[in-house]
Amino acid sequence: MFLTALPDVLIQGWALQLSPELASRAQFGWTISVHIIFASLSVGLAPFIVYFTWKDVRTDEERFTRLRSFWVKVFAAGFVMGTVTGIPMSFQFGTNFPQFAEVAGELIGGPLAFEAKMAFFLEAVFLGVLLFGQERVSDRTYILSSVLVGVGAWLSAFWILIVNAWMQTPQGFEMITRNGMEVAKLTDPLAAFFTPRMPWMYVHMVNASVISVALLVAGVSAYIVWKKRDAAAWNTALKLAVIILLVTAPLQAVHGDAYGRHVADTQPQKFAAMEAHYDTGTADLHLLAFPKSIDAITDPKAENLLTVSLPGVGSFLATGGDFDAEVLGLNEYEENPPVAIVFWSFRFMVGLGFLFIGLALWGGYLIYNRRLSESSRFLKTMIAASPLGYAALLTGWYVTEIGRQPWVIQDELRTSEAVSSTLSGSEATLTLVGFVVIYIGLILVALHVLRWLVEDELRELGVKVSDDDRWYGPVPKVSDDD
Amino acid sequence: MTDLVLLVDAYLVDALPEIWFGAVMFALAMYVVLDGFDFGIGMLYATRDDEHEKETFLTAFGPVWDANEVWVVAFGTMLLAAFPPVYSRVLADHYLLALGFVLALLFRGLGPEMREQRDNERWKRYWDYSFIGGSFLAPLLFGTLAGRWIFDAPTLSLPALLTGVGLVTVSVATGAAFLTAKTKPRLASDLRTYGIIATLAYLIGVVALLTTVVVTDAGGAAEMVLSLPVGAIVVLSVVAGGGGSVLALRGKYRAWLVSALGLPALLSLLVALLLYPTIYPPTGLTVREAVVSPLALNLVTILGFPALLLVLWYFKFLYGVFSGPIEGEGYKN
Repeated sequence: MFLTALPDVLIQGWALQLSPELASRAQFGWTISVHIIFASLSVGLAPFIVYFTWKDVRTDEERFTRLRSFWVKVFAAGFVMGTVTGIPMSFQFGTNFPQFAEVAGELIGGPLAFEAKMAFFLEAVFLGVLLFGQERVSDRTYILSSVLVGVGAWLSAFWILIVNAWMQTPQGFEMITRNGMEVAKLTDPLAAFFTPRMPWMYVHMVNASVISVALLVAGVSAYIVWKKRDAAAWNTALKLAVIILLVTAPLQAVHGDAYGRHVADTQPQKFAAMEAHYDTGTADLHLLAFPKSIDAITDPKAENLLTVSLPGVGSFLATGGDFDAEVLGLNEYEENPPVAIVFWSFRFMVGLGFLFIGLALWGGYLIYNRRLSESSRFLKTMIAASPLGYAALLTGWYVTEIGRQPWVIQDELRTSEAVSSTLSGSEATLTLVGFVVIYIGLILVALHVLRWLVEDELRELGVKVSDDDRWYGPVPKVSDDD
Repeated sequence: MTDLVLLVDAYLVDALPEIWFGAVMFALAMYVVLDGFDFGIGMLYATRDDEHEKETFLTAFGPVWDANEVWVVAFGTMLLAAFPPVYSRVLADHYLLALGFVLALLFRGLGPEMREQRDNERWKRYWDYSFIGGSFLAPLLFGTLAGRWIFDAPTLSLPALLTGVGLVTVSVATGAAFLTAKTKPRLASDLRTYGIIATLAYLIGVVALLTTVVVTDAGGAAEMVLSLPVGAIVVLSVVAGGGGSVLALRGKYRAWLVSALGLPALLSLLVALLLYPTIYPPTGLTVREAVVSPLALNLVTILGFPALLLVLWYFKFLYGVFSGPIEGEGYKN
């Protein structure tokens, strides 16, 4: 979408003013991409926090105190980032996509309000206790606070995904006219909340969050262990992360496979875009795809890709067993999602998913041989892999959200119809630029905070840390002797 | 089955749309009262040079601001759940104000949290600016947006700007009262002065705003402003503000806090009076026209009201845990 519209944008002259629709979509896509990293950090880190807090209070072992204290700090910083980036999300339904909010208000308003009241408050209130209240409440209340923070994060995901799943497979409503506008009227709450997509999405997203955090924990632990091999706490954390990956990474692949079949059933157009399947007929599965030319990157089609394909397996996957089944092709539709982004994002995500299984098995093998902290190659690999969970999570969401285009509510409301009619291109472009600049700054700050937390931890463990503070961010360079 | 049919065809009680209007306004009031004193803490923070005093302010702010801020999300999503066209129009018609407000919240929220991450003079100073600037701009923009909504007035007009300034001053007043109740006497006398000045500025601002509205009949609200309930709110505000100032001078800080918190609560009540029954004056949309269908509203009532009660209990718990004056080092992190 962005690529095809880019020429128009440049033609409009030096002001580089985008259309309200394009700017709104870019802004929403960008802000939610940043937000979801912090939101899924809360979801994925919650079980770790509960475990460390429980072990810390119950066993009073130094290594768990250390782990709890470190990861609660990460959780707190991430939660603040999640809050400040999350509030713009809910506002943008109104500022940029008011027609969507008005059409879908009866269906999405309830779950969003429940998210605020049942989940967000729970998390925010008990995080206050977890951060500042250890001396002021009993051990039992303190552990309970960590559990409630976690429950809040998981409930948040539940209500938000009810909304998103409804946009993918909408049901439980009828269209009526109100105040001169076609709007959706809720007719069956159970159907509207528990859409066919909901359970798939919830399991896939929560598991993806846990995988991403397990990779982050593994990466940070590997770095510290690499610097100080006998750091007891961090050997424990590394082992724990690998064990969690051994369970969650294969689960994601098995679950994702079935999820793909469900998408083929309920959103055939998206499934066709994921496989760049243009002509209706039997679909091949492209296990690996390499572009033969530049064109193939922006316009992936079987004839200009070098593929390792399994004939008919696309049909087999889509139907759960029939190699000859007909799969609807993209040529059947008047308007399609941007196939290139969906096709490559899907491959990127799946490729990373298999990489994670490989890493988990490697780690498991090392645990079995009691050499987990000895293999420098493994430690370095895990350090390098620490951001990849988020890369997979983001590209997975691109498949889901961009693959749904041109619809915002599948087959009911087009994204172009949902955009504000009172919004001007210059206003939308202005705020887009603002969000891009501010959020890049935010990410840089978040990365530096994580780095400083790790360095403080190393200092406490007696490792000498260089004071060389290279600063690539927009804020002036700072150092300890400043 | 008959019960289900009832749930679908009619509101649980006839006045449910009005009850929901009240619930949405209640969430707004909670936001204006609770995050208001957070904003006040942020603005008063600008008057502190001493690191220890700054830390005291941040200790008062730390455990509660995040939970307080969630009330704006509760307000927004409750408005969306019950009155979707109002939610859409309020935000879409005030695009830059609304997004400016959320960005101000972003800087306000990050400031104190990021400041603590590094013991460095310049780093802390930048985040102090972020905290102070966000704490000033957020109520100013939120108030201006509310003024435009209620009085159907442009951004650069007296009704809109006076509403913005009103929210800023009332936030300083409650922030000062909250901090005074939480800190040692040495700081208190200083804060008391700021609190009393802000209270007087607020009362003058409200009277100026209402006078402007009567004179210009902004948004057709003149008649409402001249009614008995609005008159009562003005009188009560003057009593709460004046009485609070006297209590402050006599050192009765807890009582001062209670009466100071009454000011933003009364302000929210004023907003509710002005928005009923025409909930969106620019298009003349009323509460009954904007409300969702019976089934949707009944559902959010049955699931949402118990949740709201639970939230109020959380707040009671949270403020209970962190009650009383801040001692020496603050709360252990």
